[in-house]
Amino acid sequence: MDLALSAEDRAFADEVRAFARANLSPATIAKTRSGRHYDRDDHLAWQRALGKRGWHVYTWPKKYGGPGWSVTQRFLFENVLAEEGAPRILPFGPKMVGPVIYTFGNEEQKRRFLPDIVTSNILWCQGYSEPGSGSDLASLRTRAVRDGDHYVVNGQKTWTSAAHWADWIFCLVRTDTDAKPQEGISFLLIDMKSPGITVKPIIMLDGAHHVNDVFFDNVRVPAVNLIGKEGEGWTYAKFLLANERLGIAEVAASKRGVQGLRDIARAELADDGGKLIDDMGFREKIADLDLQLSALEMSELRALSTMQLGGAPGPEVSILKIRGSEIQQRIAELACEAVGNYAMPYQPELLFRDSNESPIGPAHAVPAAARYLNMRKTSIYGGTNEIQKNVISKMVLGL
Amino acid sequence: MDLSYSDEQKQIKEGVERFVREQYAFDTRRKIAGSEKGWLPENWAKFAELGWLGMSFSEADGGFGGGAIETMIAMEAFGSGLVLEPYLPTVVMGGGLLAAGGSAAQKEALLAPMIAGEKQFAVAYVEKQARFNLADVAVVAKKDGAGYAISGHKGVVYNAASADTIFVTARTSGGQRDEKGITVFAVDAKSAGITRRDYPTQDALRASELTFDNVKVGADSVVGKVDDGHALFEGVIDRSIVALCAEAVGCMDAINKATLEYIKTRKQFGVPIGKFQVLQHRMVDCFTNAQEARSMTLMAALKIDDADATVRKKAASGAKVQIGKSGKFCGQSAVQMHGGMGVTDELSVSHYFKRLTMIETLFGNQQHHLSRYANLSVAA
Repeated sequence: MDLALSAEDRAFADEVRAFARANLSPATIAKTRSGRHYDRDDHLAWQRALGKRGWHVYTWPKKYGGPGWSVTQRFLFENVLAEEGAPRILPFGPKMVGPVIYTFGNEEQKRRFLPDIVTSNILWCQGYSEPGSGSDLASLRTRAVRDGDHYVVNGQKTWTSAAHWADWIFCLVRTDTDAKPQEGISFLLIDMKSPGITVKPIIMLDGAHHVNDVFFDNVRVPAVNLIGKEGEGWTYAKFLLANERLGIAEVAASKRGVQGLRDIARAELADDGGKLIDDMGFREKIADLDLQLSALEMSELRALSTMQLGGAPGPEVSILKIRGSEIQQRIAELACEAVGNYAMPYQPELLFRDSNESPIGPAHAVPAAARYLNMRKTSIYGGTNEIQKNVISKMVLGL
Repeated sequence: MDLSYSDEQKQIKEGVERFVREQYAFDTRRKIAGSEKGWLPENWAKFAELGWLGMSFSEADGGFGGGAIETMIAMEAFGSGLVLEPYLPTVVMGGGLLAAGGSAAQKEALLAPMIAGEKQFAVAYVEKQARFNLADVAVVAKKDGAGYAISGHKGVVYNAASADTIFVTARTSGGQRDEKGITVFAVDAKSAGITRRDYPTQDALRASELTFDNVKVGADSVVGKVDDGHALFEGVIDRSIVALCAEAVGCMDAINKATLEYIKTRKQFGVPIGKFQVLQHRMVDCFTNAQEARSMTLMAALKIDDADATVRKKAASGAKVQIGKSGKFCGQSAVQMHGGMGVTDELSVSHYFKRLTMIETLFGNQQHHLSRYANLSVAA
């Protein structure tokens, strides 16, 4: 047992770093460093570069076009990319629907959909939540009625991240209204260009547009787009959620976040005129956060090691989601605290648009409050943290 | 990077866990705690026979070539059964000092018989005015002919009454809080001039207050170098912290298991109280805390031999912060969820709670190690 990296591991990390430096545009890196939001093209350019190298689907086995990496390689890949300022890979294709398709889809579906995920040729989004179905997801009502070799879909999905960018959406739909809630759900792939689909933006508290309402009005979907068996969509949905919960711990990004926080604390002054980083109270807040992140990182490595030995991610990964989200929130909270008065000016043109306007306070203060406000979503999405605790309570503790 | 146990480590784990399961039932432990020494010599003989006293030492030192992971495995199992035998002071602390700083002669005279189960150790370092500062040493060792004469008071010395050799930190030069000028001595426990006041600790272990009145020791009793004992001693305490954290992980798993079982069976309002979501979520938080404690302890065990001293210190302090936080949460929650039964002597839960509470203070509490970690992080 050891944490040491072999010579091969270090060479691998160097290779990833060289790739990132050769393929990340300076504009994208600048957005990462300054806390600006990426646009669709930023994501696509980066993901397609990764795709050419076979790294967009870095968690996949070789059989389906992934690199078949070890836990150590995944760990290094994520950390090096975060250090180099890469945008997060949009998870909907590579981490969510992709594994569902290669695990539960038929050969034709694998042939048809997987290559475009491998290359990031098409972007996916996730149609799970509905206005009346949040934590109680199984109560969803978007209806799919069989009509010959099609399904006719009617209803509404909400909180759909990147729906305004996506080419395809994977949806949980109700195909049987008489069965128990979980048993009447099916998993359907829908082309976003289908007639009858309308996407409306939802503007978040910081002014950002990431999520949308998606309306389905008599949308005709070929029945061959059904994954697995009709009525078994809940099983696939749970499989996907477990994968999602592992992915959204965001350890590597949070490590970058803690580093950024230390940089801010070195630049800001405390009440006594000394550096904020030399204020023992604030220094200990960062240390405490840093330690929480270390524990999360090690817990994730332990979970990945178990998986590598042949286990699927179990319900205990809910812990990683809970702690990962709390840590992301705490980083944002401390950054907001660190910048003091200059958390107050709101400069959306510096957050969302390519503006040359000068920051009102220090540049590092521009995204601080917006980020703090925005990060409250992390304990809500992907299953609220309270729902995660219900999952652990039932599935792990047997309560 | 590899996080799996070797076959040998798995065997050790099974062996220690079996010992705890078969020899350390709660009632048995209560009897052992009330016995003359507070631990059982026949258990100690078994530890020696099974190789547990030597497994973490190098083969050159007469051990079996293991390290911090083997210690972690043993301590975790000991924690799960609240084992009373003085493994920490004798093997981890005393043995650790000899392995890291002892001369060949000291290893032969002290370490070899310890590994054989024939010698017990205690480590006297706590001073009343020093709180958790290891460099604050007021006990003095004055040059006395070819050797030294030690005088002063050391507190809360675990296992002193059973020890054959007591390791003592003493000032040989410098000011009271200087790192330079501290020397570690191996002192025969029967030396003239040592007065002991023995007492039980809150968690049913044995400790003593020791007064040294002009205790004469030879120059050959110095462990490591004169005046340069601080780094040696701090390193051994850091290694001991990792071992202690592993014990705490064992305690937390056991106390969580007992609590989970209790809330599944205890009925109120016509249902098991574990049906109430407020208790379910608290139980999940206990489970999460124990997982994080396990992760940080494992990480510390894997980093405690790192070539970089800052990495080693941060690993130990980081784990100790987590253990303090998690141990307090699991301990308090277990007592709360057991209701009135949780504050009785009758159930094991209060005994685990007591041990976890003392572990939080031993070798420096959460606040002390958070400050240490914070300062090391900024300096690095």
